[in-house]
Amino acid sequence: MSCSRRDFLKQACGGTLASVLPVSAFTFLTNEEARAAVANASVRWGFLVDTRKCVGCGLCVKACKIENEIPYDAPVTRTWVERYVITNDGRAHIDSPNGGRDGFIENVINGEEIDPDNIAKAFFVPKLCNQCDNPPCVQVCPVGATYQTEDGVVLVDRNWCIGCGYCIMACPYGVRFFHPVHKVAEKCNFCYHRITKGMNPACVESCAFEARRIANLRDPEDPVTKIIKTERVAVLKDEYGTKPHVFYIGLDENVR
Amino acid sequence: MKWHVLRPLWLAIGLLLVILVARQFMVPEDFGVHGESFTYNFHRLSNVQEWKDFPVKHLGRESCVECHEEKVEMLNASPHAPIECENCHGPAVGHPDDVELLPIERAREHCLRCHESLDYPNHARSELPNIRNSTHKRRRECVACHVPHDPREKPAREKRG
Amino acid sequence: MTSEAVVHGVEWTVKELFVYPNEFIYWSIQIVMYPYMTGLVAGAFVLSSLYHVFGQKDLKEIAQFSLVFSLALLPAAGLPLLLHLQQPTRAMEPLLTPHFTSAISAFGIVFTAYGLIVVSEIWFVYRRFFVEQVHELKGKEGFGNMLRLNIYRVLTMGAFDISEEALAVDHKAAKILAGVGIPVACFLHGYAGFIFGSVKANALWMSPLMPVIFIMSAVVSGIALCMLTYIVIMEWKAFRQRRKGGASAAVEIKGAETDIISKATTYLLGFLVAAISLEILDLIFRGYTAMKSWDILRSVMYGKDFVNIFVLQYTLGNLVPFVLLLLPGRTLKRTVVALFLVLFGVFMMRWNVVIGGQAFSLSFSGYMHYHVPIIPHSLETFKEGLFGALTVVATPFILFWIINKFVPSLERGEEAKY
Repeated sequence: MSCSRRDFLKQACGGTLASVLPVSAFTFLTNEEARAAVANASVRWGFLVDTRKCVGCGLCVKACKIENEIPYDAPVTRTWVERYVITNDGRAHIDSPNGGRDGFIENVINGEEIDPDNIAKAFFVPKLCNQCDNPPCVQVCPVGATYQTEDGVVLVDRNWCIGCGYCIMACPYGVRFFHPVHKVAEKCNFCYHRITKGMNPACVESCAFEARRIANLRDPEDPVTKIIKTERVAVLKDEYGTKPHVFYIGLDENVR
Repeated sequence: MKWHVLRPLWLAIGLLLVILVARQFMVPEDFGVHGESFTYNFHRLSNVQEWKDFPVKHLGRESCVECHEEKVEMLNASPHAPIECENCHGPAVGHPDDVELLPIERAREHCLRCHESLDYPNHARSELPNIRNSTHKRRRECVACHVPHDPREKPAREKRG
Repeated sequence: MTSEAVVHGVEWTVKELFVYPNEFIYWSIQIVMYPYMTGLVAGAFVLSSLYHVFGQKDLKEIAQFSLVFSLALLPAAGLPLLLHLQQPTRAMEPLLTPHFTSAISAFGIVFTAYGLIVVSEIWFVYRRFFVEQVHELKGKEGFGNMLRLNIYRVLTMGAFDISEEALAVDHKAAKILAGVGIPVACFLHGYAGFIFGSVKANALWMSPLMPVIFIMSAVVSGIALCMLTYIVIMEWKAFRQRRKGGASAAVEIKGAETDIISKATTYLLGFLVAAISLEILDLIFRGYTAMKSWDILRSVMYGKDFVNIFVLQYTLGNLVPFVLLLLPGRTLKRTVVALFLVLFGVFMMRWNVVIGGQAFSLSFSGYMHYHVPIIPHSLETFKEGLFGALTVVATPFILFWIINKFVPSLERGEEAKY
């Protein structure tokens, strides 16, 4: 094989370029493909969070941990509540001690005591898995252990997950973690075991202020669906193209 | 033609066959694309039912009414009506057959979740009746003076102290 | 040993300011080791192919060595993953149910393909040696000889023809495999770069340049490691020879071998320049476009990680060896120092990407500090701590030592028939 320098360069460049792209790169995501995954179902779960109503009691976090068997003292949780305190100087003080599991009963944030007279605005933001239509976590699972059901919920197969953590790194919202006992990936699944029986998720049930509500977006008579469709709602980090299905009322520009 | 040159190829094919045979045994039958998309619907089908069968822990107020009708009615008529029984008593699963008594949450920190005044302007929390933990009856249980099932009531004499 | 209900990552992560509750440094030292090791695998193979494919005769000896070393590095490259997985017993699943939309699913196939190519190429190169050993050991007594005889029998795979034509075919086959193996070796490492570059959720990783940067620096580290190991082994042999039979009996690394080092160094510098250029380009673009993540990225890169990035990686790991290798009057000692620094620089690059990417929260409002577990007190802190990393580093050398007992990759001079 006689090889001229030009041939070498051509082959080397071609080879290098070709080799940086695994087969996965050629699976472009079309809108049709993403929608098609749940196109025919009569149920598509969605969630509505009203941050104007959340008082930060944290009973949702507590109920979730118990309902879903997440060890109570472990610093991980399927859902959490964030507190935002914007002081008069424009600084945002944000915290979520233990995910808000014990509520917020002190005005100390990140070791700093906040003087109430200095507060311009303050609010609480509950967060949970957005059960995205284009879930990047599902796209990156190397073994098919996490997937989207036909009603839109993203589940994790505890018996198949190898615990590589790629899905955890791929989620822009930080909702995933390793279950400390089962040692596989874990996240909120809208209490799939409850909603498929006609019950509410544990967090929705335990919220005394109706800040959390679940919806079937395919049901035009669903009161929560009506709110989502007719009132002004927002989603988190839509720039990532994930098409999240947790909608927020009263989402402030400071929310991360 | 020197056929020995193909020996590594036979080795490779042999390895591939071993993997394919192993797949037959090690991959569950129902593993595949269950939906329109290989990207989002590639999984073991039976896992969906496994999640549906996950045990429910919180049963809701309707399950408490059967035996605790009076308390529930009292609660329903009070300002604490929106609060779930299980918020303070824990999950009702197994009660009363396996779990005779559900815990009663008596700690101050529990009530402070809503009633500690964080003094936030223009906020729903500030519209709740609230106290400052540092100055209000420190080191006493809230339930010593307040009735959770109807906070408008005063506790019976025996309960105080 | 408490391994029951420990949250993975909590023991070595310290959070500062606002970090989402579930965020920890999940991808720790082993995930730094993994691309580092696959990079060495790829680089070693490319170096070997420079001789086999492009006929760079001066590189023959180091090429033979680096081919076998590449094989020894391969299992060592899989080891960090095995140590990292939360469910290592399920490690075969990427081969059983690969979800091809995930870059990591390429792992099983690429590793297997590359392993087969390297093993086959080694077979073609050393088949004559195996056959000769079988003939030599036949009839010899002793258990050790019996064992060796049988091992060599297996290694020949029954192909005993060592005529001129058969060997010519072997030679051609090795060349083809070496050629085919280059893109596969690049893929082995390029896909690792794609793993990071395609994560849109991570502001530091997300970049189309990531796979290319990874490949360039992988080749750099592979060439550097092979050169370094080759020099060390040869100098050690020469040293032993000198002690036994005096200076005249020694064949040191001087004269002919200097050419090898020179040639390899040229390639090393070329790839080094490419790698640095791309990284600087990435940095410039980020600073110029100043996306939402720029504030926190800047505070991490110019603040907390300034020493890691600009002092350890760019200066000590890139600039200093670059200068050392280019200054006139290059001695062997200086080359060795430069090679160590290059290897260190590539390691720091992996560290700065993997750990650096987790140094800031997804909230862009907080930081996470990584404290490598040094003294292990549980299985977790061993696997994902310093000793786990050292185990990974030691493995290829142990494996090479074993393989080299059967495959003479260190033949030199006129004796180097293979």
